[in-house]
Amino acid sequence: MAVRVQGEDFDIGAEVRRLTAGRTDIGAVVTFTGVVRAENAGEALTSMTLEHYPGMTEHELERVEEEARERWPLQASLIVHRVGTLKPGDNIVLVVTASAHRQAAFAAAEFLMDYLKTRAPFWKREQGGDGKERWVDAREADEAAVERWQGRAGE
Amino acid sequence: MAVRILYFAWVREQTGKAEEIVDLPAGVKTVADVVAWLKGRGPEYGQAFARAEVIRAAIDHKHVQPTASIAGAREIAFFPPVTGG
Repeated sequence: MAVRVQGEDFDIGAEVRRLTAGRTDIGAVVTFTGVVRAENAGEALTSMTLEHYPGMTEHELERVEEEARERWPLQASLIVHRVGTLKPGDNIVLVVTASAHRQAAFAAAEFLMDYLKTRAPFWKREQGGDGKERWVDAREADEAAVERWQGRAGE
Repeated sequence: MAVRILYFAWVREQTGKAEEIVDLPAGVKTVADVVAWLKGRGPEYGQAFARAEVIRAAIDHKHVQPTASIAGAREIAFFPPVTGG
């Protein structure tokens, strides 16, 4: 179980190998990678800068991870989130979940992403092709995604 | 009560500072009280907190509601809804 906030890129293969090294109790590994797109809400962007709240970010990610472990039987998990300036095509976030069977790993990965998007203190600022900058607005769809987990036990 | 206040994203841009130490009067008891008190400190705070309903708060790294008590708080942060992931 680990969370990391970093400026540099991550290597998905290396992260999975590190997480599963020497383990023979893991039957399923799910990875989710969030990537920067070249457009958002119809607006072109050339780069995006991610700001966060050092200290709270790590605490919040740890709390979210702990909640996932209470709901599903996870053998291992990892959250890596990048900060700083990123360009279209760059990785933003990595979530890895490992379990004995796939259902728990799939569900926990989705849960971690839904919670991370509405609770972890990160803010995106986009730089547009027109030279303009704007803060990204929170999406109602993300709130709705997290609400569907409430009052629902882990499978 | 001396407390460290932090601002992030556009709240930071509008207040013009990332953090400050403030001495809160005794009557300031909740997060909403802190916002009301800050708004009285100058036009930049008035602007930053003009849409107070969209601003989120955290006490000592935990999300809290405007009605939350600030008793014992060391660090209070104000920021827009988060947009990570």
